[in-house]
Amino acid sequence: MKKGKVYSLSLVMLLMMALFLAACGADDGDTSTADPSTDSSATNTESDTTDNSSSSTPQVLVFGRGADSVSLDPGTVTDGESFKVTQNLFETLLNFGEQDTTINPGLAKEWEVSEDGLTYTFQLQEGVTFHDGTDFNAEAVIKNVNRWKGGKEEDFYYFNSMFKAEGEDIIKDVTAEGDHTVVFTLSRPQAPFLKNLAMSPFGIASPTAFEAAGDSFGDQPVGTGPFKFVDWKRNDSITIEKFAEYWQEGLPKLDKVIFRSIPDNSARLNELMAGSIDLADGINPSDGKTVEGNSELQLIERPSMNIGYLGLTNTRAPFDNKLVRQAVNYAIDKQAIVDAFFEGRAEVAANPMPSSISGYNDAISPYPYDPEKAKALLAEAGYDGKEIELWAMPVPRPYMPDGAKVAEVIQKNLEDVGIPSKIVTFEWATYLEKAKNGEADAFMLGWTGDNGDADNFIYTLLDKDNIGSNNYAYYSNDEVHELLIKAQSETDENVRNDLYKKAQEIIHEDAPWVPLAHSTPLLAAKAGVQDFKPHPTGSDKLTNVSMK
Amino acid sequence: MLHYIGKRLLHLIPVLLGMTFLVFLIIRAIPGDPAQVILGQQATADAIAALRLKLGLDNPWYVQYFDYLKGIFTGNLGDSLRTRQPIASEIWPYLAATFELALFAMIIAVIIGVNAGIISAWFQNSWFDYMAMIIALIGVSMPIFWLGLMEQWAFSIQLGWLPTSGREEVRDPVTAITHFYLIDTLLHGRFDQFVDVIKHLILPGIALATIPTAIIARMTRASMLEVMRSDFVRTARAKGQKMFVVVYKHALKNALIPVLTVVGLQTGMLLGGAILTETIFSWPGIGRYIYEAIGFRDYPVIQSGILIVAFLFVMINLIVDILYTVIDSRIKYN
Repeated sequence: MKKGKVYSLSLVMLLMMALFLAACGADDGDTSTADPSTDSSATNTESDTTDNSSSSTPQVLVFGRGADSVSLDPGTVTDGESFKVTQNLFETLLNFGEQDTTINPGLAKEWEVSEDGLTYTFQLQEGVTFHDGTDFNAEAVIKNVNRWKGGKEEDFYYFNSMFKAEGEDIIKDVTAEGDHTVVFTLSRPQAPFLKNLAMSPFGIASPTAFEAAGDSFGDQPVGTGPFKFVDWKRNDSITIEKFAEYWQEGLPKLDKVIFRSIPDNSARLNELMAGSIDLADGINPSDGKTVEGNSELQLIERPSMNIGYLGLTNTRAPFDNKLVRQAVNYAIDKQAIVDAFFEGRAEVAANPMPSSISGYNDAISPYPYDPEKAKALLAEAGYDGKEIELWAMPVPRPYMPDGAKVAEVIQKNLEDVGIPSKIVTFEWATYLEKAKNGEADAFMLGWTGDNGDADNFIYTLLDKDNIGSNNYAYYSNDEVHELLIKAQSETDENVRNDLYKKAQEIIHEDAPWVPLAHSTPLLAAKAGVQDFKPHPTGSDKLTNVSMK
Repeated sequence: MLHYIGKRLLHLIPVLLGMTFLVFLIIRAIPGDPAQVILGQQATADAIAALRLKLGLDNPWYVQYFDYLKGIFTGNLGDSLRTRQPIASEIWPYLAATFELALFAMIIAVIIGVNAGIISAWFQNSWFDYMAMIIALIGVSMPIFWLGLMEQWAFSIQLGWLPTSGREEVRDPVTAITHFYLIDTLLHGRFDQFVDVIKHLILPGIALATIPTAIIARMTRASMLEVMRSDFVRTARAKGQKMFVVVYKHALKNALIPVLTVVGLQTGMLLGGAILTETIFSWPGIGRYIYEAIGFRDYPVIQSGILIVAFLFVMINLIVDILYTVIDSRIKYN
């Protein structure tokens, strides 16, 4: 009896072994191409495959990225990985430019602004339908806006942060004038109003679908975009396919897009080199050369819209003294950091926002690297030589690819001018929480812009209103505050830019941070991927992409 | 026997209760506010306060704890704070993914580990013995991160034999029924996909199996050496039995108890502790699910995830204890 057990066990093991070996030896021929024959319940029934690029290359793009989406209801999410997908399922009334944040027609083909800046009239595209067949019209827009307005603040976070000021709704009212005209009435002028509307969170969803789905709309999203939702395997892949009735003739060019979550940067590059994905986000600057040296791959640069900085908590000694903050700005060799850790794919920062943004003050140049000047300033400030804590970012971000190593350089720079420091780090959520509470002396952090507006950088990061939120440096200057508040409702572009330029001058003098770099995030793709244009906001439209 | 199993299952209750309590306290002791993490860096103080209220995070900790316990006893594992989905429905695909990989890895580990251990003991101090034990030493000290990337480089990029990562060929996805893809593909009659799923299992399976293989090999060797010196082995040899039969039939059975213990412990470890492998190989498993939940301070997911992993760990050990009686009839539980 027991003998039998042992033998049957070894038999099973032997069989498993044989299977294992058989699998190793099997060739790819029979597995890699889609086989629609046997299984009727499979989700990939592609009946509407119209080949538009005479070639026979399958128009399927596999996009590898660092993390999964949280939800596919754009109104309710805040993470970039969700927007990366919803950007292709939904469309906004206005679009950003292909690779910038200028305003272009979207679901609205024309618009007019009243002279007082309080009334916006949009003419909508006609003949547009949602993926579920619902008509896109003025009523659909109104229902979407009312959904955002009526929802709780924590549910529709972006709407509340962009279209609410001091507890008051900026969008007072939305009305229809006929089927394809909507009028937005504002309670106060808002300079970046059109830019805000172009942001991914404000993709227009099918009212029929969200009314029926309720809270689960994020699992079954329905928009007007070039692609429609097919399947989601959490933490693994999201599949979307061409929407055959898309209103723009001949688009999209791809039949299917699959977003795969591949958390490790090196593993993602391995996948690309092995050929199982076509496009990879989040390439380390240090891997840029490997990609460039491979003739089967192409390196793609995402236009920069970020800032990496060293924050100096303005309320803590010794950084409560402006002279010490300026000294640190002179002490740090920013160019050396950019050369060594961004592989030169970054620009040394002078201001809290990148130069592509309207209102950038190009009369300001970065504090030069000048240790002697730094020492003199420290002496003048009467700095006591007490050790400070230097916080190193624990996670790589496009604006800071390697926090630990950059911290070591900064530590050395500071030591050279006589500021001893100790490098500390925490798990990311802890790091942010403690920094927000003002517990750091000097800390690394950064920001990627949402809508390409100066307000989204300077007010968000450095206004006294945002202390305890994004103003981690606890910088507070009433003059700056006044300029920034005025700029928010100033609709004359030139006047507004002057306000921001003035604010940047004061900030440069006050030196609440050491602005380090504006980096260029990298992506890599197979050579056959055509017309992929990464967007500075990180939400890429794949409408025009094709495979050769 | 049934009595024994019943008693062991009763013992589970205080163990799991104690564990939920510890986990509950520890994750709340670490700084970081879930509401803040969910809403992101951009969030306003008002939005955070509103969300905290909605999530019940402002209640005293003991109220939160008893709410949580009440949920568990009524079969409700809670909702994820981040995705707002019920954990009970969300967790199964992750568990299945981890199970499939862990079992695959343990089969590799047992086949290679046990045989390497036996042969090393049989030919003690031979070149095979030395080599096997050196390799085992390398195996236990191998950083999985590095091993995984090297595997990808060699077998996927250079040789092109195996897929780099993931569970399936995404261009031809498996339609999930049980979420065990080896079973699902067979249910659909897609043998080509079945082979593809096996191919996807091999590299992460080997990476995950490395440490257990080495530990099992060392344990088997040590245990076999001891048994081989005992009288009954000498008697069997003296009777003229073939060495192969003596080793694999008489000695192995007696040497198997400690090996089985190690196998049980290692299986439990693989279920909960495969985060590195799951990250390198983009495996959508339970380890990564819980790990990411920690980053997002998704308290219910951390609690319920760890609870389930702990439950499985204890169950596996129970199964191992029962298996003792199958292998050695002298062991009886009363």
